[in-house]
Amino acid sequence: MAAKHHRVGDQPWVRRILVGLALSITVILLVIPLVVIFYQALSAGWSTFTSNVLDEYTLHAIGLTLFVALLTVPLNLVFGTALAWSVTRFRFPGRKLLTTLIDIPFAVSPVVAGLLYLLLYGRNGWVGSWLGQYDIQLMFSWPGIVMVTVFVTSPFVARELIPLMQQQGSEEEEAGVVLGASGWRVFRKITLPNIKWALIYGVILTNARAMGEFGAVSVVSGNIRGQTNTLPLHVELLYQDYNIVGAFAAASLLAGIAILTLIAKAFVEWRQSRPEQPAPERGGV
Amino acid sequence: MKHLLKGIALGAALLSAQPAFSADRELLNTSYDIARELFAAYNEEFKDHWLEKTGETVEIKQSHAGSSKQAQAIIQGLKADVATFNQVTDINILHERGNLIPENWADRLPNNSSPYYSTMAFLVREGNPKNIQNWDDLVREDVDLVMPNPKTSGNARYTYLAALGYAQETYGDDQEKIDQFMSELLGNVKVFDSGGRGATTTFVERGIGDVLLTFESEVLNIADRFENGEYVPVTPEVSFLAEFPVTWIDEYVEQNGTEALAKEYLKHLYSEDAQRLLAGFNYRVHNETVKQENADRFPELKLKSIDEIAGGWDNAMETHFTSGGKLDQLQRRR
Repeated sequence: MAAKHHRVGDQPWVRRILVGLALSITVILLVIPLVVIFYQALSAGWSTFTSNVLDEYTLHAIGLTLFVALLTVPLNLVFGTALAWSVTRFRFPGRKLLTTLIDIPFAVSPVVAGLLYLLLYGRNGWVGSWLGQYDIQLMFSWPGIVMVTVFVTSPFVARELIPLMQQQGSEEEEAGVVLGASGWRVFRKITLPNIKWALIYGVILTNARAMGEFGAVSVVSGNIRGQTNTLPLHVELLYQDYNIVGAFAAASLLAGIAILTLIAKAFVEWRQSRPEQPAPERGGV
Repeated sequence: MKHLLKGIALGAALLSAQPAFSADRELLNTSYDIARELFAAYNEEFKDHWLEKTGETVEIKQSHAGSSKQAQAIIQGLKADVATFNQVTDINILHERGNLIPENWADRLPNNSSPYYSTMAFLVREGNPKNIQNWDDLVREDVDLVMPNPKTSGNARYTYLAALGYAQETYGDDQEKIDQFMSELLGNVKVFDSGGRGATTTFVERGIGDVLLTFESEVLNIADRFENGEYVPVTPEVSFLAEFPVTWIDEYVEQNGTEALAKEYLKHLYSEDAQRLLAGFNYRVHNETVKQENADRFPELKLKSIDEIAGGWDNAMETHFTSGGKLDQLQRRR
């Protein structure tokens, strides 16, 4: 039987060619550019690199980027969990539609998202002109940057949680309720431990995207150096200035974040795939 | 959770905090993408000037992006005090769509509110091997050109209009010959990049083409950058007067209470010291003394204005650059 049906990977040379092809594509498309970033950043020596990174405006861009992520991640953590919880634990009309709507930020180009926010909250926008009467300005300042970043990164947590929570079902939680636990207690003692790793995974992805977002932020930022310039925007600005080394130094910081993200992601995936250990603390519920 | 809230509060405090040397006044200048170093230098000059004049310290914030994008941002509420652009049309928009400045903004400062100007010039490779001297050399069959796309780039529209100015000068009323010349010139363009800096990269980094067509200021910049004569600037005899218009934004300076400061920031651009500084960044200026100091770097040439070549910006856009306009027709002839 096995002799009759050769699978594609059966021949050793086919396997070798395919693996070799995949490897070389990975190296050409992913590894080399990453190496080039660090190579270029350090091409003028270590002291030039540090002076570029410690430049007043670069430091501000780093601070702003961290600040935006610090606001975005908790917001989307709560939003994503609430969304996944309601979609998987309750039946209500429009549930399917809601599940589809979650993906809108993935389907829309970030630039378009930025423009939408600008047209809505800008000086001539519906909401923006009303807020303007009270002297509240959201666009071209950090609240605008946070708003579009939240929009762009909103699906990550929910997208990680929904399949897992659907698969796990709600029996354990129902048992908890029957035994008289409050809703908060059920969430804390049963739901949260079950979804913990998927949640962390979602947070890591949200964080990476929040720090790296360019398109949407570029539209609403106003590009004011030392005020609304995030790290990705700062990279472009330095590049436009012919400060290639500076641009790559700033880019290497973003690449560093990306690498840390990958490591964290690999760790979480490894934890997720481990067989469930008996959890002693659950005995006390 | 408490730690998190504390962290957010701390971050917000850090971001909104003024720098340690807290200035008395603040001014926001929105400008085009490649003017950062120019205004970084001018800001220092102006800070001293303002301190001497009023005894106040001033902090100047800079915003840089393509000037069309900047104009949109200002209309949508980026509360800039002054705009220093490289496109007259982008300042007109502030009046037409935003009603933020009066229609006669260009009359409020000398020289059409353009404290400095430039023109379109050529950059050729070491030793000028193809002997490029004027516009008619660009239509020779052995010459490859690099310039941005006139559809997307103001820089390229200027080059198009400069070439048109030369053709009008040479062929007078003979429209057929003018069209022939323009279509041959466009036909020689090997790469149309989307923007000015992209075209520079194509010419310098990728080594494509014999001639780069861009602002004289950019041409001189690149020639300065490679001091060993790797690139040679060539200024044609006839070219286009490319104005760099500035304005204060009436609506916002009133809100920000910065009217006097903003006006002085722009007026001071016309002072001799500032004009010398601008000339150092390879822009042409109006001040006679500074002009004479730099006479060898900026050869005399005949500069034609937009009114002479195409009867104003509105006309130029409509006749030449709209979809199906003259530019499209000329490119289809080949």
